Amino acid sequence: MATLEIKDLHVSVTTDEASKEILKGVDLTIKAGETHAIMGPNGSGKSTLSYAVAGHPKYTVTSGSVLLDGEDVLEMSVDERARAGLFLAMQYPVEVPGVSMTNFLRTAATAVRGEAPNLRHWVKEVKGAMADLDIDPTFGERSVNEGFSGGEKKRHEILQLGLLKPKIAILDETDSGLDVDALRVVSAGVNKFKESGEAGVMLITHYTRILKYIQPDFVHVFANGRIVESGGRELADQLEEHGYVKYTGNQEAAKVG
Amino acid sequence: MAVTTQDQQHGLTAHSHGGGQEKGHRRVASRADHFTSFDVNAFEVPGGREEIWRFTPMKRLANLHNGAAATASVTVEVMAADGVRVETVARGDERLGVAGTPGDRIAAQAWTSFTEATVVTLPKDTKVEPTTVTVTGAGEGQVAYGHLQIRAEQFAEAVVVLDHRGSGVYADNVEFVVGDGAHLTVVAVQDWADDAVHVSSHHARLGRDATFKHTVITLGGDLVRLTPVVTYTGRGGDAELLGLYFADAGQHLEHRTFVDHAVSNCRSNVVYKGALQGEDAHTVWIGDVLIRAAAEGTETFELNRNLVLTDGARADSVPNLEIETGEIEGAGHASATGRFDDEQLFYLQARGIPEEQARRLVVRGFFHEILLKIAVPEVRERLEAAIEAELEAVGA
Repeated sequence: MATLEIKDLHVSVTTDEASKEILKGVDLTIKAGETHAIMGPNGSGKSTLSYAVAGHPKYTVTSGSVLLDGEDVLEMSVDERARAGLFLAMQYPVEVPGVSMTNFLRTAATAVRGEAPNLRHWVKEVKGAMADLDIDPTFGERSVNEGFSGGEKKRHEILQLGLLKPKIAILDETDSGLDVDALRVVSAGVNKFKESGEAGVMLITHYTRILKYIQPDFVHVFANGRIVESGGRELADQLEEHGYVKYTGNQEAAKVG
Repeated sequence: MAVTTQDQQHGLTAHSHGGGQEKGHRRVASRADHFTSFDVNAFEVPGGREEIWRFTPMKRLANLHNGAAATASVTVEVMAADGVRVETVARGDERLGVAGTPGDRIAAQAWTSFTEATVVTLPKDTKVEPTTVTVTGAGEGQVAYGHLQIRAEQFAEAVVVLDHRGSGVYADNVEFVVGDGAHLTVVAVQDWADDAVHVSSHHARLGRDATFKHTVITLGGDLVRLTPVVTYTGRGGDAELLGLYFADAGQHLEHRTFVDHAVSNCRSNVVYKGALQGEDAHTVWIGDVLIRAAAEGTETFELNRNLVLTDGARADSVPNLEIETGEIEGAGHASATGRFDDEQLFYLQARGIPEEQARRLVVRGFFHEILLKIAVPEVRERLEAAIEAELEAVGA
């Protein structure tokens, strides 16, 4: 059973001159089969947590540890982390001109699975996965994320999630910018991924909206670079009701106003 | 440090044309005043500070600009498709020199110095299979001059591959005489050995409703300087100039395109893309487009993109668009030189793709639109393989 253990994680981001600490001691353990919602106001460091775990070079881990099934994630390169079973669905997926989605997906699957998937099965698998997410087959020939709308990008992130089948998936504001139909389709994709019960999910969101579609087992409130409160589903309801004011001193709604 | 310069614009963003030179930059004379002559002595020996030479390392030209005498000849082999005529002609052949006049001293030197020319004629009203002209350098330390003319007769349809390989110093003029309604596709590959110096002027003259697709692929050679010039003699001419170059440590690869719109209702599209890696890899792209007063209804666009893969490489990119009439369909240019995009790399790696492979995907993707347009599958495959080989060295 997969386990991601984040212990006392401190992360800084270095700009031109100064180094600024963003994560100030994050503790979080996610086990296979669990869904943890990380909720927090803008600027609280939620995305930094996701990028730091994935290994983005912009962020420096100054102390603490991240273990996946006991293996030191922080010692791994970005691609090694992905092959070890970590997946980050990005808030702003990157465009890669000239690289077709088909080529990209197959290259990624080959890397993660350790061998090239059988071509016939693969084509069928991708076709089915795209259909589940209401993605037009013509997207296969388009360059990765190039000219995609926000919703199309998010669908493709979840498409990759389903095909790469990680042990731990981090979904960074996957709900942002989605209309109701797209949110439903994307959530269904995440739920399908969860069905196996063998994967853990870290669901980062500002709003409670997506939690109506994806049931969290745990809800954590993230403020000022750390988890300030943890609870169950009811915590999300409280946030929906009262916003983050209790944690930040600022009025900021957790529901879509 | 990687250095990227552009006369009009720095940085990663595309820009739109402002219609003139920026303040503080030297005033460049109109391209319309550019001097041309068949007489080498009509040109002064350039010192290197002249506008058209200022990017070129003159010391590495093996004196081509200063009267270097021929010591040998290149080998020209033509694998002609059925119906294509191949002739070797003497200097006096009256067909020679019709597509354009040398615009710099080395082109004039090549015109003055060649002893025999190769003329390839693509028959009228006929579509023929691809023809390949292979030019093999005279050997290390040798200097050679040459002349080649490709004639596409009225309504001919053909693909011609010019394949340059081997060692030595070579200067030449290549003429493309594209007849009315003809479709000529040219792929010029510069895949020279490490010592080679190649200075070449391509002159294309397009007839009425002629279509000319010219793709330049420059990979090998110590110094390659290629000057493609397009002129139109009738309305409806359509020129597409594509380029792909990949400079390694120490290489100087320079491309200077000039599209001279002097006739109305013609089109041009210039897209050059380059990658650079290694210490003192240097590329230059100068893209001149002149829309003369008579060239109403012109539609033109030019674009240059450079991808700097390592420190120590330098890309110069200078688009010049001169417009002498307001009655045009459209005109624009864009130029950008950027470092490797770390966000693209992160995204691909975050999907498990190892860094080396991710870099290759990105560079291959960068060149994709050019490679896609190469009509000859064998040539495309060979170039893809050559680019893969270049990429083996990335990050090494």
